[in-house]
Amino acid sequence: MAVNTKVYIENWMRGKGKKKINIKEKMALTWIYLVAVLTILALLSIVGYVLLNGVKHINLDFFMQEPKSMGRKGGIFSIIVGTIYLTLVSIAIATPIGVASAIYLTEYAKENKLVKVIRFGTETLAGIPSIIFGLFGFVFFVIFLKLRWSILSGGLTLALMILPTLIRATEEAIKTVPQSYREGSFALGATKWQTIVKVVLPSSTSGILTGLILGIGRAVGETAAVMLTAGSSLGVPKSIFDPARTMSVHLYLLASEGLSKEKTFATASVLIIFVLCINFIANMIANKYIKNTKAIS
Amino acid sequence: MSNYMKMRVRNLNLFYGDFQALMDINMNIMENKVTALIGPSGCGKSTYLRTLNRMNDLIDHVKINGQILLDGIDIYSDQCDLIDLRKSVGMVFQKPNPFPKTIYENIVYGPKIHGIKEKSRLDEIVEKSLRGAAIWDEVKDRLDKPALGLSGGQQQRICIARCLAVEPDVILMDEPTSALDPISTLKVENLMDELKKDYTIVVVTHNMQQAGRVSDYTSFFLNGEIIETDLTENIFSNPNDKRTEDYITGRFG
Repeated sequence: MAVNTKVYIENWMRGKGKKKINIKEKMALTWIYLVAVLTILALLSIVGYVLLNGVKHINLDFFMQEPKSMGRKGGIFSIIVGTIYLTLVSIAIATPIGVASAIYLTEYAKENKLVKVIRFGTETLAGIPSIIFGLFGFVFFVIFLKLRWSILSGGLTLALMILPTLIRATEEAIKTVPQSYREGSFALGATKWQTIVKVVLPSSTSGILTGLILGIGRAVGETAAVMLTAGSSLGVPKSIFDPARTMSVHLYLLASEGLSKEKTFATASVLIIFVLCINFIANMIANKYIKNTKAIS
Repeated sequence: MSNYMKMRVRNLNLFYGDFQALMDINMNIMENKVTALIGPSGCGKSTYLRTLNRMNDLIDHVKINGQILLDGIDIYSDQCDLIDLRKSVGMVFQKPNPFPKTIYENIVYGPKIHGIKEKSRLDEIVEKSLRGAAIWDEVKDRLDKPALGLSGGQQQRICIARCLAVEPDVILMDEPTSALDPISTLKVENLMDELKKDYTIVVVTHNMQQAGRVSDYTSFFLNGEIIETDLTENIFSNPNDKRTEDYITGRFG
């Protein structure tokens, strides 16, 4: 979207030289600028408000100590560990399944009923409220499969939630790989699988990473489904069979039970910084991959 | 000069669904010669070129009958392995299509796929192929740079080098210079002249002067048929068919 806006503005600037600006165009541009500014303002004020109230309560102890008396005192060490642990488990489960499904849908499947059903399925999955996922995870993973409240149950549930986004993002990324790359590869005697692994996937890495970031965002931000499947234990999880509490869950419990306003905002700040860091790192990785695909002019 | 027929095409028909795109094509492709395919847009010359390394297999609803023999083996029969075929019949496309990888990785892509792993072997192949494509001196100091950072003409020669790296016998070129500037075009044309010493070349071109400059044999395609095939000089000076003459003198096309 950012790129489109940029192109639009560039085109508009070019047109400007021709002294033939009509009023409608000017109004449209003003409108676009306004909306852009509003969006950024909204983001800045939310982030700013949370950070202003939270950062002053963050110190090294907050990171290093475990929560005491239900989170009223102490830090969030075990909760950070739980969040990272659960997120990693969920993307470790979702990535291979999601990428493989996207490869199947774009490269192998012919447009038939089965594919339509799969597409409809993933789209519907994307629209299901997270509490339903939580309920399913609770009934199926926690109780039926006897995985209890654990990182594994939570990871599986979150993986299901991430999958549609990941599949869609990967599909879109694969579709943008020019057919000429595939032809070039086939013409050298490569098999379809070699072409996919060595040419198509590397060229779609940044798109896949984007999907993963969105997925991680959803996993990190999820509350209801996680509480129902990973529990809300305050201890440090030692294996994937241990329950855990994520930052969002902690935040929710702190706020809803009025335990501590300071810790609530401090946790929220850490959560926001955490998400920003993930975005930043993922962007860096993506750029590293894109480097080779862009011409140096 | 050899008079060996590297490829022989017999009664080749190709259908896209119900539409017949190629009609009863017969052609002998001579070893170590450049064969040019000329004709107006949509006459089937690119389609024909792509039957020679079975690139049309990628398209649905394509039906082919007839025979294409490469060194006496029918490339559409079970005797012929698709991977081996594409290894011995390489292809250079209309638009340069280097992979979004470094120059080095582009060249070793083919050899690696065919199982060559030793770094020293690969280095050797890279230098040999790039020299073969007359681009070694321009890129030898930046093999680790993205191939897409090169100019269009350089990219096309990288693609030719990439094709040489798998040591084909035949190189198919589908309008290889149509996206290039005149100087790059000249370089690629000179290169074709060099390459035919070791390879058999079939080139589709829109540009009749180019066909005249680079080719030994020329086939004139019209509406999916070959109107005539002859030595290039004969086609241009003394065509047998009225339609060939009309096309060459610019009366249509």
